[in-house]
Amino acid sequence: MAALGVATGGGDWFSALALGVTLLKCLLIPTYHSTDFEVHRNWLAITHSLPISQWYYEATSEWTLDYPPFFAWFEYALSHVAKYFDQEMLNVRNLNYSSSRTLLFQRFSVIFTDTLFVYAVHECCKCIDGKKAGRELTEKPKFILSVLLLWNFGLLIVDHIHFQYNGFLSGLMLLSIARLFQKRHKEGAFLFAVLLHFKHIYLYVAPAYGVYLLRSYCFTANKPDGSIRWNSFSFLRLISLGLIVFLVSALSLGPFLALNQLPQVFSRLFPFKRGLCHAYWAPNFWALYSALDKVLSIIGLELKFLDPSKIPKASMTSGLVQQFQHTVLPSVTPLATLICTLIAILPSIFCLWFKPQGPRGFLRCLILCALSSFMFGWHVHEKAILLAVLPMSLLSVGKAGDASIFLILTTTGHYSLFPLLFTAPELPIKILLMLLFTIYSVSSLKTLFRKEKPLFNWMETFYLLGLGPLEVFCEFVFPFTSWKLKYPFIPLLLTSVYCAVGITYAWFKLYVSVLTDPPVGKTKKQ
Amino acid sequence: MEKCYLMTAVVLLGLTVRWTVSLNSYSGAGKPPMFGDYEAQRHWQEITINLPIKQWYFNGSDNNLQYWGLDYPPLTAYHSLLCAYVAKFINPDWIALHTSRGYESQAHKLFMRATVLIADLLIYIPAVVLYCCCLKEISTKKKIANALCILLYPGLILIDYGHFQYNSVSLGFALWGVLGVSYDWDLLGSLAFCLAINYKQMELYHSLPFFCFLLGKCFKKGLKGKGFVLLIKLACTVVASFILCWLPFFTEREQTLQVLRRLFPVDRGLFEDKVANIWCTFSVFLKIRDILPHHIQIMISFCFTFLSLLPTCIKLTLHPSPKGFKFTLVSCALSFFLFSFQVHEKSILLVSLPVCLVLREIPFMSTWFLLVSTFSMLPLLLKDELLMPSVVTVMAFFIACATSFSIFEKTSEEELQLKSFSISVRKYFPCFTFFPRIIRHLFLISVMTMVLLTLMTVTLDPPQKLPDLFSVLVCFVSCLNFLFFLVYFNIIIMWDSKNGRNQKKIN
Repeated sequence: MAALGVATGGGDWFSALALGVTLLKCLLIPTYHSTDFEVHRNWLAITHSLPISQWYYEATSEWTLDYPPFFAWFEYALSHVAKYFDQEMLNVRNLNYSSSRTLLFQRFSVIFTDTLFVYAVHECCKCIDGKKAGRELTEKPKFILSVLLLWNFGLLIVDHIHFQYNGFLSGLMLLSIARLFQKRHKEGAFLFAVLLHFKHIYLYVAPAYGVYLLRSYCFTANKPDGSIRWNSFSFLRLISLGLIVFLVSALSLGPFLALNQLPQVFSRLFPFKRGLCHAYWAPNFWALYSALDKVLSIIGLELKFLDPSKIPKASMTSGLVQQFQHTVLPSVTPLATLICTLIAILPSIFCLWFKPQGPRGFLRCLILCALSSFMFGWHVHEKAILLAVLPMSLLSVGKAGDASIFLILTTTGHYSLFPLLFTAPELPIKILLMLLFTIYSVSSLKTLFRKEKPLFNWMETFYLLGLGPLEVFCEFVFPFTSWKLKYPFIPLLLTSVYCAVGITYAWFKLYVSVLTDPPVGKTKKQ
Repeated sequence: MEKCYLMTAVVLLGLTVRWTVSLNSYSGAGKPPMFGDYEAQRHWQEITINLPIKQWYFNGSDNNLQYWGLDYPPLTAYHSLLCAYVAKFINPDWIALHTSRGYESQAHKLFMRATVLIADLLIYIPAVVLYCCCLKEISTKKKIANALCILLYPGLILIDYGHFQYNSVSLGFALWGVLGVSYDWDLLGSLAFCLAINYKQMELYHSLPFFCFLLGKCFKKGLKGKGFVLLIKLACTVVASFILCWLPFFTEREQTLQVLRRLFPVDRGLFEDKVANIWCTFSVFLKIRDILPHHIQIMISFCFTFLSLLPTCIKLTLHPSPKGFKFTLVSCALSFFLFSFQVHEKSILLVSLPVCLVLREIPFMSTWFLLVSTFSMLPLLLKDELLMPSVVTVMAFFIACATSFSIFEKTSEEELQLKSFSISVRKYFPCFTFFPRIIRHLFLISVMTMVLLTLMTVTLDPPQKLPDLFSVLVCFVSCLNFLFFLVYFNIIIMWDSKNGRNQKKIN
């Protein structure tokens, strides 16, 4: 304790912030956890008790292993600590096993692996230029950024209540971004390659990495006007990057290639049999599309344009993951979403190639990739918004315009996570934490940019304030009305449509700012 | 205020911590036949809503006083009644007469926890925020840091939201009283304090400093002029607020007496369970409870308490000042806790509240005291299965204090408020210059012992012959610490700043 005191006593605010949030995470241990808890317990059991050849075939539980091999190895490593807590959780047949020791172990494993995230945040803070540094600690961009990242509402509730390992994965991503900022490109590429083999959802941002490394690392020089100088291409750099990616992939997929199991692994990783939207619609373009479809079908029924007997009964927001047919608008196929996503990503990639603006430009492109795939992807989870929110925090402390986009994106994105926690004891926690984070982020960024124009116009203010009444209606009014039994899906539908508007707006605004930004011109690196 | 948002964030953080702690177990969860304080509070709701007010404090066929009979003053009873109405609206089973005994369910737990949070939010938290905003001569940032530390004090959180009680109500009223009296809203202050006493009789621990401070103020204004008017006004306020609270019980003499008998159960013995006070610690060596007759025990405890109170109270009456008032609150409450009759381990919260108020003046000592006070309740917290939240909140509190006050750099004589004392000592022992060092070492030793004892209690089984070994040790260690703090607080009150200023001039 005395050592702790020495660590924190010297005004070391960063460790105080990190320790504080760690302690808060410990307090969240007894809260509700979702089926993801059982998913990860099952993976612990699979990797611990079965040979590698069985990992991607085992199907006793419905929660089969569907993350890339590194994550499986990660679970394997964890399981060797887990056996000292409770041997029983490592039995594949012990479905839904959840002793208090299992709970403690799993929760602590998330809290402990978050140290990587803390380190990554520490590194990220170094990349922020402290030009605007205020006199007071609480007004310094570094301080604000570390609060925004360490105390991120989304990570807290998704990882430490709902249960997942996003903290350490996001840590890897932030660390690789920080390395690119620090011009340690090979390390950054390595970290990202490793990350890809932990969780393949990061494939969405891979184009940004690929193009950036090719453009700004493999080409060592630019013409004075910022356009590309073709003869400055360095084969050595390209080969070293390729080697890094190849070696990491070989390490991850090699064993399964040797076992001739690659097709099975890939079929587990990319399950296109799932529906367009998750059980609860993630607030993206398809939510708006489906809502429009629903509205049109209701109008059609009212005006007798549609035949009620031909309308499929499956209601999209209730029940398990399922295929879904749109009634009025054309149904969406996986291929269509893929094409939409690619089209949405392309302009940002072009921008990164033709208008390179150093690591910041890369960061913008990465966020746009993440957001675009969130907007148009197939079977997107609402949690995927964290993929854009966390890197966006880095941008937010740099420029007033980015701060405004960040606030809209974060607030709506975080609010859209609310349906993840639907149990009564967690209701105060999610509201309090959300208020805590939102009030802090809005006010601190406002203080940071108080000399510039206001962060929100009246429309945005109105929209963000509207989240309050929406929450009151969905959680406090609706359950007591007679609609609850007839239309149980209304709160979810309202939430996802309302948030979809905000996220689409933020995506659009960010795109506009990236496309219209003048190139940085003469301040070229190298 | 420009940094309003940081204060809001601090309050929200305090609320979040409170609610997450409340997800844990409560006292007597699933332990029939008596359960614990949680059941007591529920039972009071059951009694107050189903029985006429005349039967609340009397034993009867519908009200078995042996089973968590009402033994708090009327305001608590009214509060229970209010909660009972809400409970009846939600689910009448929760408070049905007789049949609801030992009722436990997730929904009910949620309801009970919510009542605590709401009471806290309405009374205690606003008082803390206001207190910190009104502090003088410090920056906004420090005010916010101060509020953070007070709101994160683990003892109160763990007892109210873990163990289950409504201490934040009585302590909140007391804090409103302190606020009022310190800023010359004497009538409102005394009204708030009367409410506190009428919510929990334990608030009497604070009554003497209030009395002395107000009396001193009257003296200062001159007993023949304005002071007398103030005195009369104060007396009227106090009497009126008491009458108002007790009105239903004044109808018959027997009623009033019965309530008083319930409030002060003198026949329950010198102490209960394991308390970190003198008597409990002393009876490790000598069983006072069995040796001395009952009335002598009362006499002894009364004399000790009175003697230990006397110097600081006299000082406060003669030199009333808001700062002296806060310190006297600490020392008086501590004297009561250490020496008085029938003390509960939870009563240490009554000392902790004023210590929280002096966090800014003596951050190092206050933090230390608040850590010890939480530690002294360890046996209770372990019984309620609150180990995890206890450890976490204590660490969070410690980090908050250490970062916001950098307590380890504030151990000079000046910052411990010991300057004038050590100057007086040096008149006789000129080489006496190592005070701060001693205190730093004592802190280290104390913290080490607490950590070690906690680890031992958690991991080791006590020997069969001495099943209470660890809890007695905890009490013993905490009691030693408290005695040291009593001496320390008495010293800094008696050698207060007025002498200090004179000394500075001389130097």
